[in-house]
Amino acid sequence: MSELRALYQEIILDHNKNPRNFKRLKDANRTVDGYNPLCGDHYTLFLKVEGDVISDIAFQGSGCAISKASASIMTSVVKGKTKAEAEKLFETFHKLVTGELGGNVTLEELGRLAAFAGVSEFPARVKCASLPWHTMRSALEAKTETVSTE
Amino acid sequence: MHSGTLDAVDRGFDVMKIRHDFPALDQMVHGKPLVYLDNAATSQKPQVVLDAINRYYRAGNANIHRGVHYLSEQATQEYEGAREKIRRFLNAASTKEIVFVRGATEGINLVASTFGRRRVRAGDEILISAMEHHSNIVPWQLLCEEKGAKLRVIPISDRGEIILEEYRKLLSERTRLVAVTHVSNALGTVNPVRQMIADAHRRSIPVLLDGAQAVPHFRVDVRDLDCDFYVLSGHKMFGPTGVGVLYGKETILEEMPPYQGGGDMIKSVTFERTIFNDLPYRFEAGTPHIAGGIGLGAAIDYLERLDWQGLSEYEGSLLDYATEALSGVKKLRIIGTATEKAGVISFVIEGVHPHDVGTVLDQEGIAVRTGHHCAQPVMQRYSIPATARASFALYNTQEEVDMLVAGVHKVIEIFG
Repeated sequence: MSELRALYQEIILDHNKNPRNFKRLKDANRTVDGYNPLCGDHYTLFLKVEGDVISDIAFQGSGCAISKASASIMTSVVKGKTKAEAEKLFETFHKLVTGELGGNVTLEELGRLAAFAGVSEFPARVKCASLPWHTMRSALEAKTETVSTE
Repeated sequence: MHSGTLDAVDRGFDVMKIRHDFPALDQMVHGKPLVYLDNAATSQKPQVVLDAINRYYRAGNANIHRGVHYLSEQATQEYEGAREKIRRFLNAASTKEIVFVRGATEGINLVASTFGRRRVRAGDEILISAMEHHSNIVPWQLLCEEKGAKLRVIPISDRGEIILEEYRKLLSERTRLVAVTHVSNALGTVNPVRQMIADAHRRSIPVLLDGAQAVPHFRVDVRDLDCDFYVLSGHKMFGPTGVGVLYGKETILEEMPPYQGGGDMIKSVTFERTIFNDLPYRFEAGTPHIAGGIGLGAAIDYLERLDWQGLSEYEGSLLDYATEALSGVKKLRIIGTATEKAGVISFVIEGVHPHDVGTVLDQEGIAVRTGHHCAQPVMQRYSIPATARASFALYNTQEEVDMLVAGVHKVIEIFG
């Protein structure tokens, strides 16, 4: 049960139930779909990028608790950040969920992302957690095709 | 329910004894005893199958059909012996009708690319059902695209049953083949194939049955059914992966062009002309999966020794027991409630994604499949992204069902 609780932390369960930024962004200038065909996770990510800054971000769609909480927390974390900062967060997150982070980053630096530390113990779920992040990166690169974590 | 199971035990079906035959069942997963409920994906193997494969590679390994030496003759005998066991198991008329393939998927592809290529023309139709596995959809789509033919789909009811009136309306002079599953891997529905075959045959339309999910649960007699093709996968019926069977009526196989070219499927080859081999070898190019065929033969020996009457009563009562137990769980909805079902319970839990259900159950040592079960059109039919699926085999017990139900309660407790 302890590993399960490490995966499904309260913050993840909360964001799954009450996802933040869960809406269509009317004035978005980047819209990208993310799809995980293995489990059917499917999200649309809306970004408003002004100059170098993600001034607003939101998402819609459906999927498992891990992917939905990941999208919710990601949108909360990257809102207002520059592209370079978001890219750095992407890399940190990716290393976190694949268990490659090591001891270089403190919990404080991770902030809310720390909730996903338990994912690395569940290899089948890494794709769920990283789907929204891959989708965001694609949006920042101004790509429009659907992102797949297959 | 309980008494039904005990009756089956009294009649000579002893599930605990059966469990001892399957070494993989006896292990711990995440510190809990394994509860293996993913049998529709693949079944575990009895020791006799493992022994047969081991024995072949340790002492019998040789190529078949060509050698004059002792080992080759032994291997040929054992491999062809397996073909005969399969013939008997399905009650086919002749071993000429038993073609070894990699699995049900390849069996369907073989029929699509030989029978289909020869018989199907622009404007023709292939009829499948709305509950097919992707393996009984995509080969026909490819064929239809190539030929300018049309794929027609028999609708299913909310319970997950083929609507026979609609089926009959779809049968026409344009229909070249009906290809349906015997038992649905996603819903568990046992289709009324005998009736469907009779309807198709009245119009002289041949019928292919996908039997991958049927043969592990009940006896199939291809001559009694009168189907024209029947495909199955060894690994879902307690045999090894990578081997399966295409049954085809001799008269139909006889007129079909070869599938793949190579060794073993020919009688003689010159650069000017090749004479193809007789049935069934014409469809078996190259060195086959000899160990797989022998392993499948051993699985059939194992199945033939069972009391099928007792087994079928036992499996029926286990499915009833599981259906009743899961139906009692608030927020849980069973997808697929056909009157005739075998081995499968697909379900969704309100507010919880099936993938999360699968992860929580896995931590309890319970193996279920979550996802679309390679049947995305079925998911679309019910407007759901995926389900969790518990699928049973002859070695599963009521205690395991109880653990599944306890696991489901844990899921609801976490996400409730």
